[in-house]
Amino acid sequence: MKRSISPLTFLGKIEGLPVAAVLAVLYGVFIITAPMVFSGYRIYMSFLQTVPPVLVCALGLTLVITAGEIDLSFPAVVALSGFIFAWVFKHVNTPWAPWAGFVLALAGGALVGYINGLLVARIHVPSIMATLAAQFFWYGATVLLANGLQLNIKEVIDTTVHTIFVGRIGGIVPAQAFWALGLAVFLWFILNRHKFGEEIMFIGDNAEVARVMGINVEATRIKLFTVNGVIAAFAGLLLTLEINVFYPTQGGGFLLPAMASVFVGGTSIAGGLGSIVGTFFGAYIIGSLEAGIVATTISGYWVQMIVGIVMGASIVLNVAISEGRIGMISNRIRHWGVPAHSNTTGEVSPKDVAASK
Amino acid sequence: MNKHANDLHPETNAPSPQGGPTVVEAAAERHAVRMVNIEKYFGLVCALKNINLQVGRNEIIGLIGDNGAGKSTMVKILTGVFPPTSGEFYIAGQKVDLRTYNVKRAHAHGVETVYQDRSLGEKQVLWRNFFIGREITLPFGFLNVKKEKEIANEIMVNTIGFRGKGITADSGVKLLSGGERQGVAIGRAMYFEAELIILDEPTAALSLKEVRKVLNFVHKIKDGGKACIYISHDIQDVYEISDRFVIMDRGEIVASIAKKEVTLKALDDFLLEYSHGLKDKEGS
Repeated sequence: MKRSISPLTFLGKIEGLPVAAVLAVLYGVFIITAPMVFSGYRIYMSFLQTVPPVLVCALGLTLVITAGEIDLSFPAVVALSGFIFAWVFKHVNTPWAPWAGFVLALAGGALVGYINGLLVARIHVPSIMATLAAQFFWYGATVLLANGLQLNIKEVIDTTVHTIFVGRIGGIVPAQAFWALGLAVFLWFILNRHKFGEEIMFIGDNAEVARVMGINVEATRIKLFTVNGVIAAFAGLLLTLEINVFYPTQGGGFLLPAMASVFVGGTSIAGGLGSIVGTFFGAYIIGSLEAGIVATTISGYWVQMIVGIVMGASIVLNVAISEGRIGMISNRIRHWGVPAHSNTTGEVSPKDVAASK
Repeated sequence: MNKHANDLHPETNAPSPQGGPTVVEAAAERHAVRMVNIEKYFGLVCALKNINLQVGRNEIIGLIGDNGAGKSTMVKILTGVFPPTSGEFYIAGQKVDLRTYNVKRAHAHGVETVYQDRSLGEKQVLWRNFFIGREITLPFGFLNVKKEKEIANEIMVNTIGFRGKGITADSGVKLLSGGERQGVAIGRAMYFEAELIILDEPTAALSLKEVRKVLNFVHKIKDGGKACIYISHDIQDVYEISDRFVIMDRGEIVASIAKKEVTLKALDDFLLEYSHGLKDKEGS
């Protein structure tokens, strides 16, 4: 079973490289097709402002998917945490109200995640069902608590919380981009260099192996969902602080882009392995596509289809590289022009053998 | 290094991490494991009855029995998956506290298990597989990757004997054959100073050539001075490597025969006769 080693194989060893390459190519294409927009810095600053909330959600989701689970409830947590912060900010009249709101919002996220964890780990509800129910429930609860109304908190601009988390560094660069980057670095170390991350990988790989090797699978799962709740709450805070308003359906559009970011980034739905670096670049790919395509002045009807093509291409690239099949694919492309009697499954029929002699 | 890792790390601690027997007692204890009157009920169903078994310090026991004879139940009790209903057991002369006994405790006591297919995380690299569940850590639970890799490489060369195969600590489990995977699991068990290594059908899914490799690894357990319980359906394999055969049937130990007292043919005949004998009994 000897595999021919392609000179491109080493590319697969660098985490997230193919995704970063796709992002670079994408920006390259945009610079050529929409030079007016993409040669200035403003569009990039706008990405650094809009992508971080989805990116933060996607980072947490990467851990969950690596553990072989899924969490569909994070959009609801984005709404809930925004509500908690906005409510405390409006109704508590002390100088430290923003900080109290901030901490309580994170605590709210932790509570939602902890309940998800209990359902999944203790009662053994499959995570896709438990968190789907949770997403309806917590959106509902948020709408109820907020009476269906949005909360305008434009006074938040003058607080230190606002400056620290979503201020403009040097008057230009959105601070949330650095928070998202910092979180990505931190979670990379957690996943790849920490006991918790190793436990996540083994549970996603094979929970039975994890158990017989002495990992407390239940406790780790509960911890994981709780952490993801806190991360989603943080995303909700970044969003609410940035737009200075809470609205009950906020985060509703995050589910698919966040999941797309994770998969474009090369994390497999099968669990066991995950790429934080890939998710980081994946989120920027997903977050830049729409604005970029619109800027090229193609008709808006094309947007979804092109998004689909880019996603599909990066996922195929990821699968090919992670399985070390780059060489095989390039060989096949070379043979495509030849009408040989080789078949697509790669099986060798006696006729082929005879022909090769 | 954190306290937990210290407890479990054989190079850095005394032989008995659980504050076990004094040196005198340990020397007097000739058994790696001693089970006394172990019984296990699942509801009203009796799975194990009156189990008394000693495994000597450098003895390889071949555990033989049909499906449902209670082999797996006994192994699960020893490895801390669930507790027995009654009875007690000792590991290296040290009584096991059954209320707190679990897989982690079993590891700390020196009971290691190699399963047919549950020993390694297949998508993970080898160094992670060596240390999963008892990582060498830096402060705050971060992994000491450099040290883990160093030790993993050393185990592979010195204990398992993967030489010149291009397999390193950074290789994925996927690159290994079935027999080599069991070799890794056995090497890991030996590194962690196991008192007793339990091999639960380690060759069930392997080709003949791979079975041969696994048997060679089991010989290394013997050479390394460890004790072992080897469970297999293949009488021939069991006969080759075991010092003693323990035969179970319907939750009871029905015979214990030393290898020197019996030939392979006689053992085979005995097992056949035994199952026929039972059938006759049922028939009458």
